[in-house]
Amino acid sequence: MSLSDTERQTIEGIVAGYWGKPTKLLQCLREVQQEFHHVPREAMALIADGLDVPPGQVQSVTEFYTFLSTEPRGRYDILISDSITDHMLGSRELAGYLCERLGVKPGEIRSDGLVSVDYTSCTGMSDQGPAGLVNGYAITRLDRSRIDRIVALVNGNAPLSQWPREFFTVEDNIRKGGLLLDGQFNPGSALKWTLMRGLDSTFAEIEKSGLRGRGGAGFSTSWKWRFCYEGPEEDAFCPVDKRQQIQRFVICNADEGEPGTFKDRVLLQSYPHLVFEGMTMCAALVGARQGFVYLRGEYLHQYQHLLKVLDERRRLGLLGSNILGREGFDFDIDIHLGAGAYICGEESALIESLEGKRGIPRNRPPYPVTHGYLGQPTVVNNVETFAAAAKIALYGGVWFAGQGTEKSKGSKILSICGDCTRPGIYEYPFGTEIAEILKDCGAEDAFGIQMGGPSGTFVSNREFSRRLAFEDLPTGGSFMVFNSTRDVIDIARNFTHFFAHESCGFCTPCRVGTMLLKNMLDKVWAGHGTAGDLRALTAISQLVKTTSHCGLGQTAANPILTTLNRYPELYQSRLKAVSFEPGFDLDAALAPARQLTGRDDAYAHLEQEGP
Amino acid sequence: MNLHTIVIDGQKIPFRDGQTIMEAATAAGIYIPHLCHNPEFKPHGSCKLCTVKVNGRNGAACTFHAAIGQEVQNNTEELNAARRSITEMLFVAGNHICPYCEKSGDCQLQAMGYFLGMMGTQLSYFYSQHDLDASHPDVLLDRDRCILCELCVRASRDVDGKNVFTLSGRGFGTRLIVNSSSGLLKDSSIEATDKAVDVCPVGALLVKRKGFQRPIGERVYDQREIDEVSLEYDQAIMGGDHG
Repeated sequence: MSLSDTERQTIEGIVAGYWGKPTKLLQCLREVQQEFHHVPREAMALIADGLDVPPGQVQSVTEFYTFLSTEPRGRYDILISDSITDHMLGSRELAGYLCERLGVKPGEIRSDGLVSVDYTSCTGMSDQGPAGLVNGYAITRLDRSRIDRIVALVNGNAPLSQWPREFFTVEDNIRKGGLLLDGQFNPGSALKWTLMRGLDSTFAEIEKSGLRGRGGAGFSTSWKWRFCYEGPEEDAFCPVDKRQQIQRFVICNADEGEPGTFKDRVLLQSYPHLVFEGMTMCAALVGARQGFVYLRGEYLHQYQHLLKVLDERRRLGLLGSNILGREGFDFDIDIHLGAGAYICGEESALIESLEGKRGIPRNRPPYPVTHGYLGQPTVVNNVETFAAAAKIALYGGVWFAGQGTEKSKGSKILSICGDCTRPGIYEYPFGTEIAEILKDCGAEDAFGIQMGGPSGTFVSNREFSRRLAFEDLPTGGSFMVFNSTRDVIDIARNFTHFFAHESCGFCTPCRVGTMLLKNMLDKVWAGHGTAGDLRALTAISQLVKTTSHCGLGQTAANPILTTLNRYPELYQSRLKAVSFEPGFDLDAALAPARQLTGRDDAYAHLEQEGP
Repeated sequence: MNLHTIVIDGQKIPFRDGQTIMEAATAAGIYIPHLCHNPEFKPHGSCKLCTVKVNGRNGAACTFHAAIGQEVQNNTEELNAARRSITEMLFVAGNHICPYCEKSGDCQLQAMGYFLGMMGTQLSYFYSQHDLDASHPDVLLDRDRCILCELCVRASRDVDGKNVFTLSGRGFGTRLIVNSSSGLLKDSSIEATDKAVDVCPVGALLVKRKGFQRPIGERVYDQREIDEVSLEYDQAIMGGDHG
């Protein structure tokens, strides 16, 4: 397919906006995708030339991110969120209904090119699902009547701007506040305190607060900021004035991809000043001049809103040059959109993505804090961490550390979803018992929860006295509730499929292992597993866990291992009595032979049941 | 130059600041299995064959920096079993045709299988489909046999200065692509004499019309095991003083 002159000009126009900036490759590709519903091969050459990257890199980046494609998608590209909590709300049946009404198969494009439907990883709307994306924009609370109306709008070729606004309504659902969510925040107030108190004293407050990273791993925030300020070891002995010239970066990780979590979306929607102020304050402390928010592609609907807030902050003198009139306090923030890759939540993969590359986690050391974006010292913190830092600047470290446990100070915002009557956002002091949280959200008949999303832990109803804390049950925010009607193996299977889909493919154990786990678990789930399969499943799980390159692979087998450990009898009950069952369906393998010979009678099939 | 020591399998090994465990081990004549590592290129750490236990925690020896106080386990039953499984994974993920592969006997994947005592595999084969690129007059790219080690990517970029290859896609769908307008080798600047072709540890990049010049039985790993060959090669590259 050859581009027309107008199409060529459109692409050239898009490319011109990113001219000579290889780091903007992903942003450029997003625009081309939005315009053409794919990235045409001819466009790749134009982009490669314009942004000064090899043509292979343009293709490899396009093929890495789920929201980009080399083959055309529909002019209406509908993606249905495939998180377990969407499943529980009937998303799969609805997707089936949608496909049937539209006359299209999942993963395919309708022959007239108008529409395509597919599944996508959790879109961060678990408290208002079943959810999805239409041309990148979030749609919530899908049901049959909404699907009927969507089908009519698509077939009638109605532009998205004419679709009912309520389809795109995203609620905050804040149910319980705390240190971060309660109280008014006046833009600029934390920065004023920071400057008034002095940078060293403010840093001391952060230290005193005991704040640890809210993304899940829980690294000490004050240490991270100090390491960034100090920079790489090789610069340690350079004169102080040179240290001030080192280029440093502050990155807000808003690639909230862990299925079941959505609290960063709410913070960015309703507390954006708090988050940006935390970033600006961090910039003052570490000496950075440029910041980025890495916003997951699924939150495209927030992009314009955030740009407006940034503009407002520039007008208020809270971003830009000489912030709050302080000579030399220069800092600004750019928003970089992701394009559907869970791995980019890993900080070094996020940085790679920010540089316009595939999101492959780097080898460490060196760590991003000394060799991050463009090889410079970089702080990468979660949205909630920056929000907490701003509040600490305002109210002090003692105020913050007054809540929580010895090793987990302060509060944690949870995204609660699944089998409960009041899903939404809850803020709790660290140390709160799971049982109390379940009572608050109206989870009557909880059989278990998934703490921290698929990469976290399954907690059974025998363990509800355990506590929310780094030293007991840490979480980035995801808190999924399951009642006794749910099937543990279904849940583990959903998570295992998720990891196989999201593995970046860099290292062997994760690239091949997650796919093996997916196939093996499918076999057990379908009732074809044997005792040998469970042994193999355990062995491969251990291998993937212990030899993978990054956190994704190291946690990808957790759903299987934690459920196998707690409910071996549920797995056992799915097994066949034979000791070996082939890994593939022998009868299905004969399908091409049947097709070639035009036969489909009983003798053309193998007997399916074993002895 | 500071000289310190680490302990590998009970043996004291000297290392220099900045050296990886792999480099220190190689210099000391200790073999740590590897496929994606080659001392001529920047350490990569993707195949994970070189996984060792450092003070009880797993790490890839090729990217893990040696440091004072490290107790490293390398040649243990547990680690070799893990390496055997990883090798099996590479076999089932691709379509490796050892009995009639031109590289048989010179192939590091095959040699690794023998070295680790792999007698077959219980894992299910994926039988995945990959495009073959036979467009170039002198060089063949068979993605069925590619293990995604990125040695050709690094060699072409860093030694040949041509940047012919890159990895594309994601997860299990990751594949080697050619950096040319058509995506085909014939439109790239690759030549049969390129380092990128020579460095391929398997039969993914082959020079045409050379496959059976040396008869089977007389090939590198027909004569010697991979540990011996690999150590000799890596030490030669690292230079006289091995480091």
